Amino acid sequence: MKPRFTTALLLLPAAAWFVAMLVLPLIVVFVFSFGERGPAGGYVPAFSFDNFLNLGARWTAFKNTMVLAPIGTIACLFIAYPLAYFLAIRASAKWRTMLLILVIVPFWTSILIRSYAWIFLLGGKGLPSLIAALGLGHIQLINTPFAVLVGIVYGYLPLMVFPIYVSLERLDKRLLEAASDLGAPPLNTFLTVTLPLSMPGVATGCMLVFILLMGEFLIPAMLGGGKVFFVGNALVDLFVQSRNWAFGSAVAVALVLVMLVTVTAYMRFTRRWSGGRDDISLM
Amino acid sequence: MGEQNDPIAELRNASKHYGDVIAADNVSLTIHRGEFLSFLGPSGCGKTTALRMLAGFEVPTSGDVLLDGQRVNDLPPYRRPINMVFQHYALFPHLSVFDNIAYGLRQQRPRLPKAQIARAVDKALETVRLPNYGKRRIHEMSGGQQQRVALARAIVNEPKLLLLDEPMAALDKKLRRDMQIELQTLQRQLGITFVLVTHDQEEALSMSDRICVMQGGKIVQIGSPRALYDNPSTRYVADFVGKTNFFEGMVTATGDSCQIRVAGFNLSANAPRALAIGQTASLCLRPEQIALQRNPSSEDRITIPVTIAARIFLGEHTEYLVKNADLGAFLVLVPRQAEAVEGGFEPGQMAQASWRDGVGLILGND
Ligand SMILES: Nc1ncnc2c1ncn2[C@@H]1O[C@H](COP(=O)(O)OP(=O)(O)OP(=O)(O)O)[C@@H](O)[C@H]1O
Ligand SMILES: [Mg+2]
Repeated sequence: MKPRFTTALLLLPAAAWFVAMLVLPLIVVFVFSFGERGPAGGYVPAFSFDNFLNLGARWTAFKNTMVLAPIGTIACLFIAYPLAYFLAIRASAKWRTMLLILVIVPFWTSILIRSYAWIFLLGGKGLPSLIAALGLGHIQLINTPFAVLVGIVYGYLPLMVFPIYVSLERLDKRLLEAASDLGAPPLNTFLTVTLPLSMPGVATGCMLVFILLMGEFLIPAMLGGGKVFFVGNALVDLFVQSRNWAFGSAVAVALVLVMLVTVTAYMRFTRRWSGGRDDISLM
Repeated sequence: MGEQNDPIAELRNASKHYGDVIAADNVSLTIHRGEFLSFLGPSGCGKTTALRMLAGFEVPTSGDVLLDGQRVNDLPPYRRPINMVFQHYALFPHLSVFDNIAYGLRQQRPRLPKAQIARAVDKALETVRLPNYGKRRIHEMSGGQQQRVALARAIVNEPKLLLLDEPMAALDKKLRRDMQIELQTLQRQLGITFVLVTHDQEEALSMSDRICVMQGGKIVQIGSPRALYDNPSTRYVADFVGKTNFFEGMVTATGDSCQIRVAGFNLSANAPRALAIGQTASLCLRPEQIALQRNPSSEDRITIPVTIAARIFLGEHTEYLVKNADLGAFLVLVPRQAEAVEGGFEPGQMAQASWRDGVGLILGND
């Protein structure tokens, strides 16, 4: 009885926070999504499904998000894994800390400022002019899905590197010796020992990046130049500019549902893939 | 067993330095095909390091590793026909017991048929007394069971050379005896060459064709268990192989029969290594070389009056810890028949310990 009471007491702040910051807003958004836009914007109570039937108007935003979020996640994974592997297994202890700090350094300035840097780099006076000067033709980089992808990979890479790094760092290196002793060449050792044992980190990193990407709006706004916009941009537009809170809420609810479905499917998939092992599930 | 002059592996002046630590110091050792060789020595003396150089995990700082006469210093472990049972098991936590054991077989090219792998794994599981445990996960196994899985994972490959780093340390006596017999059977049936690291001198004495005693990264002596027991070259070896009493004194005569003076007694015996008059040395006497009687014997024996301090019943033998005012405490092993004649002794009683002058060895205090 007593330890249970203590546990409850200790969990109280988290529970209060959870209810106030997550459950209540979700309920509000859910209720709003059935309402109507007021004459001067905002929300007027009502009960209709019009907002949901209207979602097709924002289909492009959903499509962009659903295409670029997974691609961005996978791009991050393919760049982050070798980096994390190098840091955790190959780099000497002396260099490791230094390199890890370098991975975090970009976080020291705001993503806004860093995105401006990318606007310049990918803009007309940046890389494209260099490519043109080399006589390789004229290409458009800024305001394309590619630019958004570059921004995504740049911004989210550390979130992918760290969980993978931790799982590789924790890996018992003697297991690699055992595999080698049993006749496995390095590639086989990687595929049969290193990779499966780092799957928890991979799963965590992918979830983290993917979920955050689904709500991303800054990178598409700045590097997509209004041409490549995400659901996040649609929400900013609906809540801040056109002040259609009811429709905005419907879009938000739809986004939450899409996320729930994808994340559930993903978890099913990773669980099956790892043979139902508990230690490899989400986090 | 080991066929002389048919070396399967060799360390030639191999040294391994870790910074300032010299883990292996100029080790030279030839392992004969089919033999059972044991490394014996205290913790940190370089046993694991020697095995790791043979397996290919460490490249010697200087010197060479040879396999079948070929220098293989830079040959990676996965290309060596060697398997190792690791001191810390190193089992794969994400694989079942079955998949752990099958791991080496699945690496073979051309690929082995599934059924053949399954049969081999099941047989290995039976050998280590774990039938039907294949589906278990590693973390569902006890320490001793995990150790046997590690053993099975190595023997299932039937390597030419099997390196075992304290493979039975976590097993109880009965199970250990079973595993020892299984290993000896494997050695006979499959002709596998074994190199065993152990702290357990009884294990080394009972299983090995040869024992290699190490100290501080160096090999002190290599020889058959009998040779090591009967003719230890140093006091360290005598101490490590079997029980020994040491009577320390000063060398008073050298030559065919060396003599030392210990607390007023003049004791003589052979000295395997040259000693100088005046240096300190010890007479090493095995407990079974000493007899215990009630009355001084009339024979030409060194006789020492003692008090019985403790009695340990060992079945066929009884071990007595006895004390003499000048020589200190030492052990005497009395066979059952002798005790039947003389009658047993109780702690506190007086007795006469004696040995024939000349038995034992006089060894320097290296
Ligand atoms: N990777 C390493 N780095 C530094 N020193 C090491 C390393 N590996 C071993 N040593 C040192 O080398 C010496 C020999 O180690 P080794 O593991 O061979 O001992 P061992 O005889 O197997 O001991 P034990 O019976 O305790 O297993 C020890 O002093 C140890 O501290
Ligand atoms: Mg060791």
